Amino acid sequence: MDKRKLVLVGNGMAGVNCIEHILKLKEQSYEITIFGTEPHPNYNRIQLSYVLGGSSKFEDIVLNDWDWYEKNNIHLYTGHTVTKINHENRVVHTNKGVVESYDELILATGSNPFILPIPGAHLSNVISYRDIKDCEKMIEASKTYKKAAVIGGGLLGLEAARGLLNLSMDVTVIHVMDTLMERQLDPTASKLLQAELEAQGMKFRMNAATEELIGEDRVEGLRFKDGSVLDADLVVMAVGIRPNVELAKEHGIEVNRGIVVNDYLETSVPNIYAVGECAEHRGIVYGLVAPLYEQGQVLAKRLANVETKPYEGSVLSTKLKVSGVDVFSAGEFIDQPDTKAYRFQDDFQGVYKKVLVKDETIIGAVLFGEIDEGVRLFQMIRNGAHEKELKTIFSRTNTEKESGAPQVISMADEELICGCNGVSKGTIVQAINELGLDSVESIKGCTGATRSCGGCKPLVQDLLQCTLGDKFQKVEKEPICSCTTLSRDEVVEAIRAMKLTSTKEVMNVLEWNQENGCSKCRPALNYYLGMAWPKEYEDERTSRFVNERLHANIQKDGTYSVVPRIYGGVTSPEQMRKIADVADKYEIPMVKITGGQRIDLLGVKKEDLPNVWADLDMPSGYAYAKALRTVKTCVGENFCRFGTQDSIQMGIDMEKRFERLWTPHKVKMAVSACPRNCAESGIKDIGVVGVDGGWELYVGGNGGVHLRGGDLFIKVKTREEVLEWSAAFVQYYRETAKYLERTSHWVERVGLEHIQEVLKDEGTRAELIKRMDEALESSKDPWKEAIEERSVRQMFEKVTVS
Amino acid sequence: MRVSTLIKIGTIDEFQVNVGKLVEIEDHAIAVFRLAERQFNAVENRCPHKGGPLAVGIVSGDFVFCPLHDWKIDLKDGNVQAPDHGCVRKYDVTIEGEEVFITL
Ligand code: SRM
Ligand SMILES: Cc1cc2nc3c(=O)[nH]c(=O)nc-3n(C[C@H](O)[C@H](O)[C@H](O)COP(=O)(O)OP(=O)(O)OC[C@H]3O[C@@H](n4cnc5c(N)ncnc54)[C@H](O)[C@@H]3O)c2cc1C
Ligand code: SF4
Ligand code: FES
Repeated sequence: MDKRKLVLVGNGMAGVNCIEHILKLKEQSYEITIFGTEPHPNYNRIQLSYVLGGSSKFEDIVLNDWDWYEKNNIHLYTGHTVTKINHENRVVHTNKGVVESYDELILATGSNPFILPIPGAHLSNVISYRDIKDCEKMIEASKTYKKAAVIGGGLLGLEAARGLLNLSMDVTVIHVMDTLMERQLDPTASKLLQAELEAQGMKFRMNAATEELIGEDRVEGLRFKDGSVLDADLVVMAVGIRPNVELAKEHGIEVNRGIVVNDYLETSVPNIYAVGECAEHRGIVYGLVAPLYEQGQVLAKRLANVETKPYEGSVLSTKLKVSGVDVFSAGEFIDQPDTKAYRFQDDFQGVYKKVLVKDETIIGAVLFGEIDEGVRLFQMIRNGAHEKELKTIFSRTNTEKESGAPQVISMADEELICGCNGVSKGTIVQAINELGLDSVESIKGCTGATRSCGGCKPLVQDLLQCTLGDKFQKVEKEPICSCTTLSRDEVVEAIRAMKLTSTKEVMNVLEWNQENGCSKCRPALNYYLGMAWPKEYEDERTSRFVNERLHANIQKDGTYSVVPRIYGGVTSPEQMRKIADVADKYEIPMVKITGGQRIDLLGVKKEDLPNVWADLDMPSGYAYAKALRTVKTCVGENFCRFGTQDSIQMGIDMEKRFERLWTPHKVKMAVSACPRNCAESGIKDIGVVGVDGGWELYVGGNGGVHLRGGDLFIKVKTREEVLEWSAAFVQYYRETAKYLERTSHWVERVGLEHIQEVLKDEGTRAELIKRMDEALESSKDPWKEAIEERSVRQMFEKVTVS
Repeated sequence: MRVSTLIKIGTIDEFQVNVGKLVEIEDHAIAVFRLAERQFNAVENRCPHKGGPLAVGIVSGDFVFCPLHDWKIDLKDGNVQAPDHGCVRKYDVTIEGEEVFITL
């Protein structure tokens, strides 16, 4: 059966969110095409101000990267504006001549910034504030010019103003009303806000109507109604938005202020829908994301043929971001003759709270300076809660708060944590418990919480803490080296989320302060990248320490040592003869039995290394590497009078299983065949002890600088289980430890119980092992490689001029 | 009077970017680095600390980190970076066409 064709006009937040829902519901039902005027993949418009203010880059605010479209088989046309809809034949046309037919058509064209119809509005350096292009223009202008005027004292205007302050501009906000953000705040809160922003250096002209922008080509100033003038070489107009309805209007779709839709987001024309800021529902056009996402959910279900409640409108809440001032409002908050209010004001702390009540029902609130209760109040307002429920909020202020118990504890499961994406406390708790999530980032990935405005991040963090209890460690933030302030986890997260694929890219994108990194971060990044992308990543030799670059251990005199693999410590006369011959041939000054049950050839010259390896014809023992070193074994049941298991074979099997695997630090193993422990299994990263009828696995042991006995990890019956559990353990260590962190330190940091808890699930173990196998798949013996490949061999050569 | 001589040490493609190479000329042991397509630097292959072979150190930008105890040395002037002190001798490298020369 041919798939039905779904076309989306507008590659923005509301439209793409709706598509995401459709994919979730019925991945295969539509062939999807998206047209967008902007040349970018869908990004988070809400966070534009972070880009403007310099705390994020464009990449950070991308919501759906190019890969996402590709993975979901979506045809994406960026830089295409749809100019024509032919609903008889069900086709759309773009300005670049592309014609696409549809079965269902979604219009999500958003809004256009409103430009005041005054003289001079066309001058250069008069900018609106809507998209990334506008941000770029402002940033560019701020490099040359210093005086900025922002027309509009609403949410958008203040965000723009704050961003321009960050860019070191002198900023004046011009507002026609006498209070700021009058649509979201009552006069008291407005005044407090203004005072706070003035303290930050923002200037204000209230009650001022701009009549004209002055200038030749470029704007040079503003003239107001009262005749006064203000100099400015950059003017930002943030005076409101108008639903972008031209396309609909020209093609016979019913339009009022926005494109008129019913409770299922259907327009007046069959098979055409509208969501987002361009749509008008029951007379209301929304301009915030939360309601737009609610609309998208309903439409998605409709299009996926899943039963859905109709969309019946939304209650709004607003938070001011960016400025560092905490402001929250929701519902109705302007006092009326028939309303009463709970008020609280503390001028010393700069806190103001007001909750409006009508007929004993909570209908709205404004919070300034302290907005913790915002989420719960919002929930109450949406539910039309009785005023007596306020007690649970305001009584908390004194008691629980002092005790330090986070507010999330007292929230009900169905209460919303993330307003933008409609994610409840219950959903997040369930995700933490069932999917084993342990970071805000992973919760964002699975549930969508914190993905839009990010305001709920502290709540999500509290929730993690409460749900995981002791298992949740607020890891002290420790930068991976002095080139950055980012910790290991942040860097690895970024590598995965932004799909960074080379050390250079990591250092660029994450803004390393040393362009080329240092001897600490380069090997670490090389490891993390290889761990994250086992198949794609090409190892960077130049980012490796000499030992791992040349696959031999450098000595104090600049010569090298060579330790071939001797699996499980078992050798043969033939092997020993070969080693002896090589030692003779290359005049190797020292041949030593190591503490790891094998033989070390010390003092080999660099240029001899490839030949020594070729003559030995044995695999590398990795005695120089952050990788599996030795697996020591005792003689075991075949020889020893106490032996209960075949420790030699077990050791050989383990060494063959894990050799060549790169790890955060070196990994050593041992297998003994009884608790006498002749192979010293108690001080190995993984130590196995054979007992009657089974095996004990010890982990996190270390015989080095900080002596640590291994912890009993699990008892199992069969050799297969020994291999399975050790593989899962090693891979979990590979994925979560910091580079250069031995298992002994890692086990102490994350906790043995945590590791046991995670690995207890058979599915999780299988996944980990699968990923380990992927990493091993492309591994190759490095000595063979050096012998065979000219470019590698080159590194061992020196030039001698006589 | 000192006479300096240009000595050919090879062609450009014999040097890998960011991988040092040891060049021995008479009694000079020189670590030669190709930092970019046509940018070469060279210093004495002996760390002022305990003689570490600088040619096999990690190269980061204009710096090499000694493989033995991680001293950081600026290849532009041979100076050891703080907190350590010292310097290594620097050699001039000249490129003509595809050929690389060192000045002694
Ligand atoms: C060759 C050997 C000594 C010997 O002759 O027996 C050896 C030699 C070195 N050890 Fe070791 N260790 C050797 C067994 C051990 C053992 C015993 C064991 O593995 O059973 C230990 C304690 C057990 C452990 O690691 O838990 C050991 C604990 C260390 C440590 C401290 C590790 C720690 O976490 O505290 C280091 C330093 C490091 O890795 O950062 C180290 C580092 C080194 C290095 C690689 C130092 C270096 O970076 O240059 C030495 C290389 C010397 C050279 O010039 O080649 N070596 N080293 C042993 C090689 C075993 C093998 O066959 O691979
Ligand atoms: C600076 C700023 C801060 C904001 N802060 C917040 C906030 O804190 N909280 C909040 O909830 N909301 C905030 N918003 C509002 C929020 O971003 C919008 O409500 C939301 O992006 C609207 O989504 P949309 O999909 O309807 O429109 P958009 O995201 O604007 O997407 C519409 C897209 O369609 C494209 N398009 C239009 N016509 C066509 C055509 N004919 N053919 C092809 N493509 C077309 C447009 O180029 C645009 O990319 C903010 C907005 C801005 C600008
Ligand atoms: S571990 Fe036990 S069985 Fe093995 S050699 Fe030692 S004493 Fe013998
Ligand atoms: S020899 Fe170079 S740092 Fe010690």
